[in-house]
Amino acid sequence: MSGKTLFEKIWNDHAVHTTEDGYTLLYIGRHLAHDGSGHAFGFLEKRGLRVRRSELTFATPDHGVPTTSHKLEDITDPMQRRAVETLTRNAANHNVTLFDLGDSRQGIVHVVGPEQGITLPGLVMVCGDSHTSTHGALGALAFGIGASDVFHVLATQTTWQRKPDAMRVTVDGVRPFGVTAKDIILSIIAKIGANGAARHVVEYAGAAIRALTIEERLTVCNMSIEAGARAGIIAPDETTFSYVEGRPFAPKGKDWEMALDQWRTLPSDADATFGREVRMDAATFAPMLTWGTSPEDALPITGSVPDPDKETNPERRQAMQTTLDYIGLKPGTKLEDVPVDRVFIGSCTNSRIEDLRAAAEVARQGTAKVPAMISPGSTLVKLQAEKEGLDEIFRKAGFEWRESGCSMCVGMNGDLVAAGERCASTSNRNFPGRQGKGARTHLMSPAMAAAAALTGRFTDVRSFARKG
Amino acid sequence: MEKFTTLTAVAAPMDRPNIDTDQLLPARFLRRPRAEGFGDVLFIDQRLKDDGTPNPDFVLNQPAYKDAHIIVADRNFGGGSSREGAPWALLDYGIRCVVASSFGDIFYNNSLKNGLLPVRLPEDVVKAIRDQLHDKPGATISVDLEKQTVIAPDGMSHAFDIESFRKTSLLKGLDDIGMTLEHQTEISAFEDGFGKRHPWLFART
Repeated sequence: MSGKTLFEKIWNDHAVHTTEDGYTLLYIGRHLAHDGSGHAFGFLEKRGLRVRRSELTFATPDHGVPTTSHKLEDITDPMQRRAVETLTRNAANHNVTLFDLGDSRQGIVHVVGPEQGITLPGLVMVCGDSHTSTHGALGALAFGIGASDVFHVLATQTTWQRKPDAMRVTVDGVRPFGVTAKDIILSIIAKIGANGAARHVVEYAGAAIRALTIEERLTVCNMSIEAGARAGIIAPDETTFSYVEGRPFAPKGKDWEMALDQWRTLPSDADATFGREVRMDAATFAPMLTWGTSPEDALPITGSVPDPDKETNPERRQAMQTTLDYIGLKPGTKLEDVPVDRVFIGSCTNSRIEDLRAAAEVARQGTAKVPAMISPGSTLVKLQAEKEGLDEIFRKAGFEWRESGCSMCVGMNGDLVAAGERCASTSNRNFPGRQGKGARTHLMSPAMAAAAALTGRFTDVRSFARKG
Repeated sequence: MEKFTTLTAVAAPMDRPNIDTDQLLPARFLRRPRAEGFGDVLFIDQRLKDDGTPNPDFVLNQPAYKDAHIIVADRNFGGGSSREGAPWALLDYGIRCVVASSFGDIFYNNSLKNGLLPVRLPEDVVKAIRDQLHDKPGATISVDLEKQTVIAPDGMSHAFDIESFRKTSLLKGLDDIGMTLEHQTEISAFEDGFGKRHPWLFART
């Protein structure tokens, strides 16, 4: 019998019941809630049910919170305000731990989980948000679910799931100067496609992955969903353990020792088999950005807008033309010649302290030519950045320094990109209308976004960044 | 949940890949209560022009597809956000089945939990069905969940896969929760063992 993969070990540890056709009732180690969880709590109340294990759910408002102020009365949209108020009420009614507005632990749920030590290796974790894949960076099996499933988790602490297949993406080699975690994951998505990992859990492996910090791994796993994966996961190692140790909700003392013993057994066995294997060499990577309306439409900054006339398949040619019509780019245009109207640095993909340091390193070298805003991933990240003086660097360079939240990644709080405007964004989705109706989104790393702010066009960050 | 057994209806072809859930239901409508319905905002930014009148180029606005209850799409339908409003919007608009070569996993699961049947068929088959729908706008296709078949406008029958667990719930219109509550004792027993393996999870900090 062959060995087990990391994800299978976690799956088996959480399997309550498996049906004859392989559907599994999975126990949920920790569940994260946010201001979008109102539907699920509503279903629970309608059925007259209670939260089964309230100590395993943690909540914080993020999607609809303003970034100009964290005062409830400053939420002008009545629907968003009601959603944030409802979360406060639901958390109190059901005895769920809440990091509310005004609490320094508030933030984007996928930044808060790891930061607070809620996210731990070996756990099955869920959240009513597709970017739950982020938490796989710590060796958790974490995936997004819809409102009906969130309701089910609240009521039973379990969810029925088909066991996904195992896939491994190995990134060997050493990444060149100027290449970030965002460039690694955009390169992977460009290779395998926006649905290339559908029905699979992707384990990221290889020297280039092992060398990443936890915050960089969070960026990689975050965008697993943009390759269609059920989850992304990285084997926990000493980097993971030293990140987790001492965080508020992580095990302590004797429990810590017991947890470590378990976590060390998690990595995939040497003889474990993966249904699919992809290998890439980090040495070939370059700073990336997207040119179209799917995260798979990614190219190195040195590239040009592709030409539909060179596409032989008529349907694909038509799809590419529709994309170019929406995004407003002409075939053959060099990406470095494309002007931008606005820059957004934030989101669960790239809003952590290392992201802000990288952006500040570029921002300190000039002044923004276009409106640029920064929304830190959590209030604690914001406070840390202020302690390091990053806010001053950004302000001096003409960037707006905001409060934490999902902000312009999804625009639910009113931080929107106007129709026809082109935004260099560190977020995760360039879908039509994602940042606002008619908005044109180009995904890139924080350093690349900061560089675009300074020049007013897409810019190869390697011309800015200083080595070492 | 509404049952799904068989359906013969007009099918609308949507050729573009990657029709994500932001396109199906833009984020600005996510906080709407379920009871208010989402049919009026399905594909709203493509279905309606800026002045609020129907966009005649959008497939569902064309007279031949007025009574469409099925969409035949391409690759990666429903990718992206986990918003359950996406299948709700399709259902409330009147769509009961989407045929595609692949789906976003979360959308696929959410659909099954609401009585919307996602049917995965090979890329060349999906393309052939779309071609037939373009040739004969307003043509119908038949879906039989019990037999797991789709009959294309040309009369060809195509078999599709679905996990028997999900097939049964759809045929009977059952929610997961009813079945799970039958496993209460098993969950409690599991929880005891799980709590011993991970005691720190259950200690309030």
